[in-house]
Amino acid sequence: MAEHAPAPVKPPFWNDPQIRAILFQAIALVVTVAFGLYVFDNTQANLRRLGIASGFGFLSSPSGFDIIQSLIPYSPTSSYGRVFWVALLNTLLVSALGIVLATALGFVIGIARLSKNWLISRLALAYIETFRNIPLLLQIFFWYFAVLRVMPAPGQSLDLGKIVFPKLGLEEIAFLNIRGLYLPAPEFQTGFGWVLAAFGIAVALTVLLARWARRRQKATGQQFPLFSVSLALLLGLPLLTFWLAGSPLAWQVPKLQGFNFQGGLVVIPEMASLLLALTLYTATFIAEIVRAGIQAVSHGQTEASLSLGLSSSLTLRLIILPQALRVIIPPLTNQYLNLTKNSSLAAAIGYPDLVSAFAGTVLNQTGQAIECIAITMAVYLTISLLISLMMNWYNRRVALVER
Amino acid sequence: MNPLKTFTTAAILLLTASGVAQAGATLDAIKKNGFIKCGVSDGLPGFSFADEKGNYNGIDVDVCRAVAAALFGDPAKVKFTPLTAKERLTALQSGEIDVLSRNTTWTSSRDSAQGMNFTGVTYYDGQGFLVNKKLGVKSAKQLDGATVCVQAGTTTELNLSDYFRANKMKLTPITYDKSDESAKSLEAGRCDVLTSDQSQLYAQRIKLAKPGEYIVLPEVISKEPLGPVVRHGDDDWFDIVKWTLFVMVNAEELGVNSKNVEEMKKSTNPDVKRLLGVEGDKGKDFGLATDWMAVVIKQVGNYGEIFERNVGQGSPLKIQRGLNALWNQGGLQYAPPVR
Repeated sequence: MAEHAPAPVKPPFWNDPQIRAILFQAIALVVTVAFGLYVFDNTQANLRRLGIASGFGFLSSPSGFDIIQSLIPYSPTSSYGRVFWVALLNTLLVSALGIVLATALGFVIGIARLSKNWLISRLALAYIETFRNIPLLLQIFFWYFAVLRVMPAPGQSLDLGKIVFPKLGLEEIAFLNIRGLYLPAPEFQTGFGWVLAAFGIAVALTVLLARWARRRQKATGQQFPLFSVSLALLLGLPLLTFWLAGSPLAWQVPKLQGFNFQGGLVVIPEMASLLLALTLYTATFIAEIVRAGIQAVSHGQTEASLSLGLSSSLTLRLIILPQALRVIIPPLTNQYLNLTKNSSLAAAIGYPDLVSAFAGTVLNQTGQAIECIAITMAVYLTISLLISLMMNWYNRRVALVER
Repeated sequence: MNPLKTFTTAAILLLTASGVAQAGATLDAIKKNGFIKCGVSDGLPGFSFADEKGNYNGIDVDVCRAVAAALFGDPAKVKFTPLTAKERLTALQSGEIDVLSRNTTWTSSRDSAQGMNFTGVTYYDGQGFLVNKKLGVKSAKQLDGATVCVQAGTTTELNLSDYFRANKMKLTPITYDKSDESAKSLEAGRCDVLTSDQSQLYAQRIKLAKPGEYIVLPEVISKEPLGPVVRHGDDDWFDIVKWTLFVMVNAEELGVNSKNVEEMKKSTNPDVKRLLGVEGDKGKDFGLATDWMAVVIKQVGNYGEIFERNVGQGSPLKIQRGLNALWNQGGLQYAPPVR
């Protein structure tokens, strides 16, 4: 006697988990969008009622103020939109330089921290613990108001060529004073294009050479002195072209005229202090990340490598670092993001970055707080996401490939 | 931190824009709170400066105290918020403060695009330059190529660029958020010149270690009428702040001050009688007490008293009345009649 299983009753749709899930998602979406619209509409209405101008039209009106450091041509007749680009480039400049310097210093300190030499490892530890535990803003103030303020006035500038490289005929070309570091600026003349082209060719040749050397080593086991040959190629070829083209490069030397040095390149103390503080602060975190990454590689790897006859520097370069990088890259990305965002502390010492010049001065001169802050937030978000994307891409390249 | 503060105020502006709704709301909220939220400078002797006990002093501070006296009969009912030049306008727009009394220059764009109402002029000023004597500079025209310290987000910053451009001179500006940083940088030699409104230059100078080594150049390169500001949207509040200032100027003109105000109530001069609430009710239409003008004069003083005790002969600044003398004494201070 076959039992009749009761025909499956289709549950009402509000009890269907799948439909429910979709329904709840939809409700959440509608509520979020409605809230966003409400805030937007409310803001618009209130701005109108308070008689505050809104919209992005202000970006094309003339700014009327000067900026101390600009990588692109700028004058007070330029627009607020131009101020945005000037400020953005200043932020990117200090962030990029900071990332490069902090990475280099961080790796050196991180490795020094693991040195068998007691003095070196303790010095690295002392540096890390000091700079990591003092607030960044204080460090910026320290470099700006304490250290760089003892530099001499322009009239008594330190002649760097004379002090650092005496008797080389380098006098009167580079100066250091309270207004900044003045360096000769290169002036490219016709024919310099050839030097650049030669450098390009040298880079291409090096890449081809490296590929060929790797293939040969895989096939035959023979090593090729790649480093010295490519260095000779990268330096020699452009230098030869430079000589052949009749030295198409002149230097514009800074000269003291009136109040200040004119001409040449100048690194203003605002930027120098910010860069110093960002680098020294972030490098401590990077050093700890590097140390942790190296220690994460099992000691057996080192022993195996040494017993195979590899030198300890080769062991570090070929065995440990490639494995350590897998542990290092993700937290390193965080430090890059932190450094970029921390660069906004520039406002405290008058370095014209995005927050200081755009979200500060422009906001104040136009009174359009919401637009200026929204743009600034969007820019930091974009920069951070771009850095993340790049680092994720690099992380995938070094990640463990399982076979 | 300043960027943080700007961010916060902008966020407040964005999210609680409804908090400063409908006309009359500012005055209603003040009455409900029982005190006035007044934005002042972050440290400018003579205008607003906190002493070692944390009490604020200065012209700008006294203006807020006078408004509190008018509204509550008690000049102490004020909460002061020190603001940098960069923060001040956003703080007013967002409702963080009710009135901004912070040596702020009256300009067309602040009145129009930025949604503000200037209630009058407490101090007629102009922009000048402070330099070290050692530079040997006698005129602002000799400043070609100079490095100039200036406060961020001010009209000063704009005038400076205009002036250098008009005279075809090269300018290197350093913009700081705080006036203290400018002063420190001038002392250290980071900049050759400090530029600001002239009154501020005198105030900054007495904060320097060796004030005697610095001189103010003779050029005045701009008009800077400084006064209290309220935001658009509450005309009653606007009227009270505006007339508090006018009352103080009128009182000086009529010879009424904080010492003789009770005596002057017996005066036969109808102008004085109206001012002191003896004849006719000049409080009802403002929604204030009948004798509110007398209270303001008694508790805070007339314009001349405020000027002398904060920036004039009774203060270390010793600034002459100059443009700020009454209209009938060769100055510009003039108030509409109480009638």
